[in-house]
Amino acid sequence: MRKKLHRKDLLGLEDISAEEIELILNTAVSLKEISERPIKKVPTLRGKTIVNLFLEPSTRTSSSFDLAAKRLSADTVTVSSSSSSILKGETLLDTARNLEAMRIDAAVVRHSSAGAAHFLAQRLKASVINAGDGSHEHPTQGLLDMLTIREKLKRLENINVLIVGDIAHSRVARSNIFGLKKMGANVSICAPPTFIPYYIERLGVKIFYNLNEALPHADVINVLRIQLERQGKELFPSIREYKELYRITKDRLQLAKSDVLIMHPGPINRGVELDPDVADGISSVILEQVTNGLAIRMAILYLLITHK
Amino acid sequence: MRKKKIIVLDADGVRRTVTRIAYEILEKNKGIDNLAIVGIRARGAPLAERIVDIIEGIEKKRPLIGILDITLYRDDLSAIGEKPVVHSTEIPFNVDDKTVVLIDDVLYTGRTIRSALDAIVDFGRPKSIQLAVLVDRGHRELPIRPDYVGKEVSTKGNEVVVVRIKEVDGIDEVTIEEKTS
Repeated sequence: MRKKLHRKDLLGLEDISAEEIELILNTAVSLKEISERPIKKVPTLRGKTIVNLFLEPSTRTSSSFDLAAKRLSADTVTVSSSSSSILKGETLLDTARNLEAMRIDAAVVRHSSAGAAHFLAQRLKASVINAGDGSHEHPTQGLLDMLTIREKLKRLENINVLIVGDIAHSRVARSNIFGLKKMGANVSICAPPTFIPYYIERLGVKIFYNLNEALPHADVINVLRIQLERQGKELFPSIREYKELYRITKDRLQLAKSDVLIMHPGPINRGVELDPDVADGISSVILEQVTNGLAIRMAILYLLITHK
Repeated sequence: MRKKKIIVLDADGVRRTVTRIAYEILEKNKGIDNLAIVGIRARGAPLAERIVDIIEGIEKKRPLIGILDITLYRDDLSAIGEKPVVHSTEIPFNVDDKTVVLIDDVLYTGRTIRSALDAIVDFGRPKSIQLAVLVDRGHRELPIRPDYVGKEVSTKGNEVVVVRIKEVDGIDEVTIEEKTS
């Protein structure tokens, strides 16, 4: 049996079909085993070259993409903003064109501007994979979150997922909402009004402003990081107030189902959006998310990179 | 489209052949110590299961069993647009110093077995690797030979050997069918 993704690039989950998501998740399940072997490598992408263009800080995503490529035997180069010619004033397109002149097969792009990956995808022959573009999308995070939920709860259909935190600035929230809705899950969000974007109702999600009211319905709570570097301080009066009203604590978790899953895309601001005893507690699947992230990225690279 | 079907083995024939292969594996390896039976997906996997069941019936002990998906080791991956669906590989034991018997339905060019050999050695260093196939149809492109053969079948270029296995196809049979397109 043969199947394919009907695309050159993975830019977001907004325009991808449920069938394609299913293929990616199933492929990731099969590839997961490779990372458990004594020799963690298969020869599938031997001779392929992948550039990780990380123009915004990242530990998890960049090392995850790098390891995913290496476990499939591709060669990788990682370019970060602090060490690249972008600092000398080179444009993103010039940087990418120069890399393409070195005959790369795929570029993984993380950028602070929404649309950066789309911009490159239209101009490069190589596959472009969006590893996070501004507040727009982070498709591999959405996919790994769905894989983790499906692995734990055996399905996505009719699962109640609650996303708590700064929805307006969160590419993780958007990719999760697009993906989960397509797979038949119910998505709710909970945040102060200033963190809720004006278009959110169009996406078919339920809005809560009070965390205590939102918690009892959830099968999964995906806690977003308060991105202190991304927004001005004017969006909430103080971190102390946010912590009082929206932080997931052990006490608050009493209001939720006993088998609820706690997820977080990382890096965690311990004690701000999530208490340490919850992050490290039995409900937490945060490190499983990281393990699944590697498998998802292996699946994406396998499915996208073909003979050109 | 395929037409003109010659039955090489019917359900009873498949059963007898698989039973004989199981006995031969036991005879050659003098029992099941350090023996691992590994089926190659798709149809080698249920065949391996049957061989292990037969061996257990004789020896009252079950040899190790595994499943190999060779998709990631294929030598024609980059030449095709649509990707073969990757299924899981399950080798739930350490292959070091084991005698691994690979099980597949049809031996043809030898390229699948080449991939399987690469896959197995990625898990460690077996003492030896043997190969059992239900049908050997010739036309090898690589220096690979089977240790256990159910049936040798000589085929022409326009003929294909079709193995159907109950667990996958709902029926046990081996046929030669003519390609029309």
